[in-house]
Amino acid sequence: MTKAAALLLAGSLALAACASDEEPTAGGDSGGGSGSGDLQVGLAYDVGGRGDQSFNDSAYAGVEAAIAELGGEVQEFSPNDDGSDRVEGLANLAEAGYDPVIGVGFAYAETIAEVAEEFPETTFAVVDSSVAELGLENATGLLFAEEQGSFLAGVAAALKSETDHVGFVGGVEMPLIQKFEAGFTAGAQAVNPDIQVDVEYISPAGDFSGFGDPARGQILARSMYDAGADIVFHAAGGSGSGVFQAAAETGNRAIGVDSDQYQTVDDPALQAVIMTSMLKRVDNAVEAFITDYSEGTVEGGVDLLYDLESDGVGLATSGGQIDDIQTQIEDYRQRIISGEITVPTTP
Amino acid sequence: MNRLRSTGLALLGPALAVLVALVISALVIALIGENPLRALQVMTDLGDAPSQQVQSVVVILNRAVPLFLAGLAVSIAFRMGLFNIGVEGQYRLATIVAAAVGAAVALPGPLHLLLVIVVGMAVGALWAGIVGVLKVTRGVSEVISSIMLNFIALGLASYLLTGPFRGSPEGASIITTTPLPESAWFPGLNGLLGAFGLAEPRTELFGFLLVAVVVGIAIAVLIQRTRFGFDLRATGISASAATASGVDARRMVVTTMLLSGAVAGLIGLPDLLGDARAFGTEFTAGLGFLGIAVALLGRNNVLGIALAALLFAFLDRAALPLQFADIPASVVTIIQGTIVLAVVIANEIARRLALRSAERAGAEATGAPPDPGGSADPGGPGPGTGPDGGHRVRTGVPGSSEEARA
Repeated sequence: MTKAAALLLAGSLALAACASDEEPTAGGDSGGGSGSGDLQVGLAYDVGGRGDQSFNDSAYAGVEAAIAELGGEVQEFSPNDDGSDRVEGLANLAEAGYDPVIGVGFAYAETIAEVAEEFPETTFAVVDSSVAELGLENATGLLFAEEQGSFLAGVAAALKSETDHVGFVGGVEMPLIQKFEAGFTAGAQAVNPDIQVDVEYISPAGDFSGFGDPARGQILARSMYDAGADIVFHAAGGSGSGVFQAAAETGNRAIGVDSDQYQTVDDPALQAVIMTSMLKRVDNAVEAFITDYSEGTVEGGVDLLYDLESDGVGLATSGGQIDDIQTQIEDYRQRIISGEITVPTTP
Repeated sequence: MNRLRSTGLALLGPALAVLVALVISALVIALIGENPLRALQVMTDLGDAPSQQVQSVVVILNRAVPLFLAGLAVSIAFRMGLFNIGVEGQYRLATIVAAAVGAAVALPGPLHLLLVIVVGMAVGALWAGIVGVLKVTRGVSEVISSIMLNFIALGLASYLLTGPFRGSPEGASIITTTPLPESAWFPGLNGLLGAFGLAEPRTELFGFLLVAVVVGIAIAVLIQRTRFGFDLRATGISASAATASGVDARRMVVTTMLLSGAVAGLIGLPDLLGDARAFGTEFTAGLGFLGIAVALLGRNNVLGIALAALLFAFLDRAALPLQFADIPASVVTIIQGTIVLAVVIANEIARRLALRSAERAGAEATGAPPDPGGSADPGGPGPGTGPDGGHRVRTGVPGSSEEARA
């Protein structure tokens, strides 16, 4: 019995090894066509690394675009499964002479403070985390107004819902994802104060399995659809495919997150259920930062906020499912930009 | 002679497993179009400058300390035939409570550290103790209950972190407990490195390394040289034989789980006291599960576990230079996975070989068919005598707890 369990465990470890396999990095060789560019970008990913079809890939796309424009090369680093070697990875990038060094994900918040101090000559940026209060001259925070984009997702959901009942599936119950929830709920209620918004998180704070668990995403979304919701918005990273599955099974719709998931999902059956996606343009932010660096205009020690006004967040229109409500969405967008509507960041 | 032979067999398993894993990994590396020898060279390259080399060693040691403690916690239960999968939950819950208690009190240095360590061990022991009590009173398989308790522990830790123990300001992207005051910081060992004439590394070597060494020696002595350890090992080899010779199996189950949990409670402390200073959403997770692999690889032997922890820590660090050499770091995960698989298989083969040789020896000695309860351990109890050599009479425990273990 115990032996069987041990074997099972060993097997699952081996499976996990296969699952987290990633493509060999080729960016460094193919990036700069000119080859004369001296840009040496260090890119440190969040747990999960390249190939997540979302956050990390978006950051890479930004670096790639910058390199295509400016020349140079990129060195990537993915942390181990528990993220315990983030500091070491970031420090190694800086030590090897890569500059600028970009940490992708809020998890680098603590790391960047430690490493930026040790390598004062290197320019750092961290996506999704504030550095303004750290007092570092050589670090920049790239922040996004997720709540504003999610507000528009909530507006679209409420306008499109026939049952006056929508849902939100969050990956992990932590402040960053709660911003999505707060904006989505506020947007839905702005359109229809009586709308019912179901909110569920896949895993509690501190347990990051919720970003990579499509099965549980599917169960949660399924229960929302069964309870009468007809549109579910997910902010659950890799678990989102489960939400799309549940939507396809029950003949309902879902809203994607981060990238235009209508484009990235490869199954036409799932494509049909993706009404829109809340875009978070990490690629734009990263590209702009590298361009600034090459021009020597990085200010340092400040946070750059990418919001609706700067098109850092927004709604995707692929698939054409929200074309008929574009005027209402644009109206809310303008009211947020003008400050008439203030979107909450906590539920 | 016989002992020498069994030691040889004991070493053969893991050595063979590592070799097989290396061959399989080399094949995989070759299949993805990389040179296995180059990969090996990159993995063993600790850096050019002396300070880089020392830094690499410090990174390996700092990773090995919690892995060693995790392997130790798992192995204590393993030795008695109990599969404590709950180490993960035990250390996470222990670390957050220890962090909160440590931050809430003000004490002079050594006392403060001692308090945090004791709280961690106590919480880990209590959480593991639930598994033991459930097993002896209700016959619940420890595999099931410890897995289930993992989920409860993670949920509970999360509730405590976001609720009563929250110390980070509202809206911060990483939620943590209140940081420990300086009196609860475990001093690092970099001064010691300097005394040996080594270059100063970037990272502080965990002072908790010394605690881990002491705990390792204590556990080794406890299991190999005491009455309790003998009862534990005897129960692990044959529960019914141990019961027949007077071991109170129910008490052993609870005590062993308490001990395993107490060691599990230490796993998070090197990082908590030596680097992180607070428990948060980003606190290293998954060490409890890695500990199972480390214990398997180390064959539940304290020295073996130390070597296994060092090997895993070495592989973990190798992921960095591999990426810089444009070789996928997943190579490391593949090696770790295949080592664990190979160890399970090699252990089984070694066990059967040992069993067969013991049977042959038994048959030669008596000319009678071998005793089905006979095992590979040459130090096992002789028939009819108790562990201390005396004859004792005591009724056994209800069968349920033993059957659940088989």
